[in-house]
Amino acid sequence: MKRTFASIFRKEMIHIFRDVQSLFMVLTMPILMLLLYGYAITLDMKGIDIAIIDQSHSPESRSLVEHISSTDFFRITARDVPVDSVSRLFNSRTVRCVLVIPQDYARELVAAPGPQVQLLVDASDPNAANFINNYVGRVISEENVRLSGHSPVLFNVSPRIFYNPDMRSADFFVPGLIGLILILISSLLTSIAIVREKETGTMEQLLVSPIKPLQLILGKVLPYTMLGFIDGVLILVVGSLWFNVPITGSLVLVLTMMLIYVVTGISLGILVSTLAKNQAIAMLAAVMLTILPTVMMSGFIFPIASMPKALQYVAAIVPATYFMEIIRGIVLKGNTLANLYQPAGILLAMDVLLIVLATRLFRVRLE
Amino acid sequence: MSNQRPAEGDASAKTAGRDGFAVEVQDLTRTFGDFVAVDHVSFSVARGEIFGFLGANGAGKTTTIRMLCGLLLPSGGRGTVAGYDIMRDYERIKLRIGYMSQKFSLYDDLSVRENIEFYGGMYGLGRGEIADRIDNLFESIGLAEHADKLAGSLPLGWKQRMSLAASLLHDPEIIFLDEPTSGVDPVSRRSFWLLIYALADRGKTVFVTTHYMDEAEYCSRISIMKLGKIVELENPHRLKERYGVSTMQEVFLKAVAGSDI
Amino acid sequence: MNPIEVHGLHKRYGQVDAVRDVSFSVEEANIFGLIGPDGGGKTTVIRSIVSLLSFDAGEVLFQGKAVDKNVDYVRSHVGYMPQRFSLYQDLTVAENLRFFADLFNVPRNELGPRVEQLYEFSSLAPFKDRRAGALSGGMKQKLALSCMLVHQPSVIVLDEPTFGVDPVSRNDFWQILKTLAARGTTVLVSTAYMDEALLCDKVALVFKGRILAADAPQLLRTRFEEQLYLAATDAPHIVYAALQKSSLCGECELFGDGVHFTLANGATEADVARALADRGTAFSGIRLIDPGLEDLFLKLMKEQQE
Repeated sequence: MKRTFASIFRKEMIHIFRDVQSLFMVLTMPILMLLLYGYAITLDMKGIDIAIIDQSHSPESRSLVEHISSTDFFRITARDVPVDSVSRLFNSRTVRCVLVIPQDYARELVAAPGPQVQLLVDASDPNAANFINNYVGRVISEENVRLSGHSPVLFNVSPRIFYNPDMRSADFFVPGLIGLILILISSLLTSIAIVREKETGTMEQLLVSPIKPLQLILGKVLPYTMLGFIDGVLILVVGSLWFNVPITGSLVLVLTMMLIYVVTGISLGILVSTLAKNQAIAMLAAVMLTILPTVMMSGFIFPIASMPKALQYVAAIVPATYFMEIIRGIVLKGNTLANLYQPAGILLAMDVLLIVLATRLFRVRLE
Repeated sequence: MSNQRPAEGDASAKTAGRDGFAVEVQDLTRTFGDFVAVDHVSFSVARGEIFGFLGANGAGKTTTIRMLCGLLLPSGGRGTVAGYDIMRDYERIKLRIGYMSQKFSLYDDLSVRENIEFYGGMYGLGRGEIADRIDNLFESIGLAEHADKLAGSLPLGWKQRMSLAASLLHDPEIIFLDEPTSGVDPVSRRSFWLLIYALADRGKTVFVTTHYMDEAEYCSRISIMKLGKIVELENPHRLKERYGVSTMQEVFLKAVAGSDI
Repeated sequence: MNPIEVHGLHKRYGQVDAVRDVSFSVEEANIFGLIGPDGGGKTTVIRSIVSLLSFDAGEVLFQGKAVDKNVDYVRSHVGYMPQRFSLYQDLTVAENLRFFADLFNVPRNELGPRVEQLYEFSSLAPFKDRRAGALSGGMKQKLALSCMLVHQPSVIVLDEPTFGVDPVSRNDFWQILKTLAARGTTVLVSTAYMDEALLCDKVALVFKGRILAADAPQLLRTRFEEQLYLAATDAPHIVYAALQKSSLCGECELFGDGVHFTLANGATEADVARALADRGTAFSGIRLIDPGLEDLFLKLMKEQQE
């Protein structure tokens, strides 16, 4: 019936315009997100950390180095480190690539076939590896032109791929997906946990009892932690059996890190749950605080180094950023705890902070 | 009403109504799997009666009312409401009855007027018709001065009136009131019942369910259900005499004595 | 020292005074009823007593301790059944009881015997493995009560425990409350049902945040000082309309059995009877009656609204 439809339509409009809070969110959030993520979403890479090992120390080699540092593709983070430290540099994610200029560079420039400049690339992120190859190639050809005035290629670069020898996207994305799915599920599940008690009214009953907020919160966190962890293991198993993602590092380490990360998601969910008025808001908040930042800003797809400085700071408070480093490090590079204590420590600190906050903000009265 | 011919084009749909009964059911039954919620219930309610429906929770009151409102199909038996068959024409029944739900489910962030306009639209009234009727309705129910206030801001007694008004806008012949005075103060409750009496005097038939036994006495007849069956159907004062007690509370306790659950 | 004492309680929400200058005491092993319609402040008073709400002025003492400064003590010792009493629908009767026992640190070895006792008390034993969500209204009520009693509180506070429940179940429930009080438990209960007021030892009539009157129900009725008459009839609204139009009545109220009224100055029963007969209004007689609590409440409410 047309009239019935019109009635319902009119009523909904009234509801919408009278709910100022939701209206505000609906109109301003997209703009905010557009600005935020618009800048974050960039596939171009800039400021790629590179180590230059200049064994030649000649004016010619310095010119090459000069060229490289003058582009904004690369940022020279290490110079003239010993060649055998390359593994360590890659492991600690200090650099993504290394350019080795041989001792005979200057001499060989004038003789065919030209010097053997080596480019070592961390291909755990195969897309980044491709970019690096391309950029280096570009720089090299420009340098070539500059040196010889025309095109004969005086020297070339032989890339050596570290990690992920077949440059498979799956190996890069699947661990990342684990990070996304884990935080989504763990925070979503728990975000409704406390709010549900508020909505059904059981919270009122619970409050008038000897229970302490911390007991209530921990009691709720633990079951979901177990569930989330099982989820993580499942994904890992499927990832490795079905997608053939190799697990280069220690399995125990992977599992431990996953546990810490799941707790982060859960603690975030509990915090949301403590503050939200009803389940709908709780879920919405959980999704906005987990999916979007994880997909856009954690380095899941878009490189953090390419983002504006301000956004890089934002990325620094996204838990997934650290987990991405950790899981890719272990799975693809065989990182050990020694390499990962920093991001792991940060995640652990986040866990503690979130739980403390949730406990503090938990309202013991009904108003 | 008994001599009325069915309206043009309506001949096939309206059946009874000849005897002036607003509601007539026979052997009305409803089962849910093995559970018999309503067990061969029969009664008739004349136009202008105030009919009270009493019974313990789970005795079958709500199920019976839902069947009468066209919200649930009976498993057996037959009946008519406002002249329409409850098995076949339940959609038409819905348009001829008004329903005031417990706890008044109205929209707190809409004004009284907006709420009622909305429900009018739900019953298929056009904006013109609603505009014509709404001011009269406000006058007769006494809501005129609160018409543009937000429903959420009204005290319970006024919400109750608003809920009643919403169920009356489309001028139904029969109204169902589901625990209409729950939690309302005694003064407002009485004003409310005076309104109900006025409606009944104008020929509307009123069905009421309530747990306030003293209000059961306002009804012209009450039925007490127990385990899906009607165990009493009578004028309340007559019932009190018969049971030899002075309150409906005592009648009720005696009538359903022995029922567990 | 009374288990519950309230002095000058005042609670405001924004511009509205939800509770104004409320004072009363609940004596040990008594049933004290807060009677009044929804929105009158009963729930606010109750929540303040169990420490769920802070208040703007006044003093609330629970077993001699100030409630706002001894929140942990109150919450561990009071038995509270909130209005939307909340059981866990997907837990069974037994599981709900177990949960509340654990919540209140009931010693393990006492759990068994207490649960048995509660089952006897509530007749819920045959349903102990049924999910709470599948229980009828009356049984849910009893389960909620049992859960509250499992830690054997000596003071219990119930907010409209019989709301929306049929008279038979209400009756059962109140019998249980009386048994508890007889065994020494102090009971504070709120309700909108006037007939339940008569079952209490003491009653406070609560309306618009104020206590209109408080005393033992039988004593309260005597506060209705005027003579009250009943014009018995099957059509109370017609008699009511007639009496309202005449100037013979002081107060005049609709009741199920007819109209309760007081006489205006100088009027007599006979005058009223004649006035009704003259209009052809059917009634079966006029006689003096004892005022009930509802008569008193109506009178006090109207006085307050002026």
